Amino acid sequence: MTESQVLGLFVFMLAAFMGYAVITKVPALLHTPLMSFTNAISGISLVASLVAAGAKWGLVATILGIIAVTAASINVVGGFLITDRMLKMFRRKPGAK
Amino acid sequence: MMLLSLISEGAGLDPRVLAIRLSYLVACFLFVLGLVNLTHPDRARRGNTLAALGMLIAVCSTLLDAQILEFHWIIGGILLGSIVGVPMGLKIPMTKMPERIALSHAFGGLAVALVGVIYYIHEQGFVKAGHVDKFHMSAVGFEVLMGAITFTGSIMAFGKLQGFLPGKPTTFPMQNAITVGSIVLGAAMVLFLVVRPESVPHNVANIVFYTMCGLGLLMGVLLVLPIGGADMPVVICLLNSYAGLAASASGFALDNQVLIICGALDGGSGFILAMAMSKAMNRSFMNVIFGAFGSAAPAGAGGGAGGKAANVNEASVEDAAELLKASGSVIVVPGYGMAVAQAQHAVREIANLLEKNSCRVRYAIHPVAGRMPGHMNVLLAEANVPYDLLYDLDQINDDFVNTDVVIVVGANDVVNPAAKTSPGSPIFGMPVFNCDQAKAVIVLKRSMNPGFAGIENELFVHPKTMMVFGDAKQTLQKMATALKGDSH
Repeated sequence: MTESQVLGLFVFMLAAFMGYAVITKVPALLHTPLMSFTNAISGISLVASLVAAGAKWGLVATILGIIAVTAASINVVGGFLITDRMLKMFRRKPGAK
Repeated sequence: MMLLSLISEGAGLDPRVLAIRLSYLVACFLFVLGLVNLTHPDRARRGNTLAALGMLIAVCSTLLDAQILEFHWIIGGILLGSIVGVPMGLKIPMTKMPERIALSHAFGGLAVALVGVIYYIHEQGFVKAGHVDKFHMSAVGFEVLMGAITFTGSIMAFGKLQGFLPGKPTTFPMQNAITVGSIVLGAAMVLFLVVRPESVPHNVANIVFYTMCGLGLLMGVLLVLPIGGADMPVVICLLNSYAGLAASASGFALDNQVLIICGALDGGSGFILAMAMSKAMNRSFMNVIFGAFGSAAPAGAGGGAGGKAANVNEASVEDAAELLKASGSVIVVPGYGMAVAQAQHAVREIANLLEKNSCRVRYAIHPVAGRMPGHMNVLLAEANVPYDLLYDLDQINDDFVNTDVVIVVGANDVVNPAAKTSPGSPIFGMPVFNCDQAKAVIVLKRSMNPGFAGIENELFVHPKTMMVFGDAKQTLQKMATALKGDSH
């Protein structure tokens, strides 16, 4: 294992603890938006697909890469839009604001 | 750029690589900030926008990557993804949210699995100078296996929710043995690829790798096949978790921290939600993961088959309206039936009429009501129900005693007193609403058929209960007309 791989494990561990601390604070009210939100940000795999699709590593790699780019883009674009659409519906009682 | 080249001299990194890395740092910051904002409904929307900005920064800076030589196809893929993604984001009705989430897990799993396969091909099975790069091979093996499971598992979940696959648990002989066997075999294949001796020829390793991919796809199908509609919230959370873990593994495979972090957040959130769901069904987490392998088949359970129809107190819409008119406090308990009938707007209309009558209307949301966590909250929010009127199980369960009328809209198991009283019931021990403590209960239900789990519900034959049969939406609309008619 290299230094950066070990650091990767540290990053994973810290992200997991931080995620636990924050996500347990998200109210049950927002669990569906939470799910579509985390789904949208895990669409970050788009950046890996972009390199894989554009690096000219042969026809198979390019075809699979483009499918991956398309699938990840659907999640990124659709995920943020639908989360926004859901979140803008949550309103307080009028006057209570 | 000058500044970048100055910093990069010290860091020993190519300025372009450094720029990309730093942009990922900014993106990560925005993702985490977005998540923190998501803990409050007033700030949540801003949080989502911040995260979307982070994503834009990360994607744009990735295009600077020197490895990318060919842009046409990438742009094409992004455009195609957007053409599909925009309508999926803007047009899908809120009642179809579980289906859309299941589909997005499928896309996520697919993308991650394909990236793993591409790197496996490109790196020639991670054999370098005669040695297998064990770290990268394990990361890619895990990534592809989890991605494949997520892909087919989510398609199965989508099919069951959408109704083109049977929603009831599908079981076959030796199911558990086959499922567990395929998991063991899949893990063994990953292990083989990691520790394989140098003497193993590349094409043998390839055969094992692609068989493992196929096995992962099969495992997704096997895992979701025996799971019924009522257990869907847990399955969706688990698939969410798998998709995140696969993404995190891809971060290890590519030494990319932003992937590790986002994957950990996604995987962690799915895991936490799955735990919350299993707690709300009073099943241990292990029981949800492994008990769902067909053994949780409660169909036909529950006693008291005799004389149930005789005790049903069937009421007309007018009777129910009359009762509501005289009540000062009402709690609405929505369930999956409300989503199916798309009755959320009709619920809101009734609530408006009652509120005009100075009646206090609140909503009791069980964690496992519907087909995914938070499903009912989103539907009621869509119908303009203010979120401060939506209460969790713990917040409202002691208030049923002081409530005049409970309206149960398409909920079943979450209002079943058997969970408290009959130790033989499959749902015994599950926390449920104390509907029977209210002065009266109105149940809106399509027919007397037992719910999905096939369990008798004593609440429906309780002396306090009025059963109003029919489509929930139509019943509520008629009830609204009756209420309006009386107030004139």
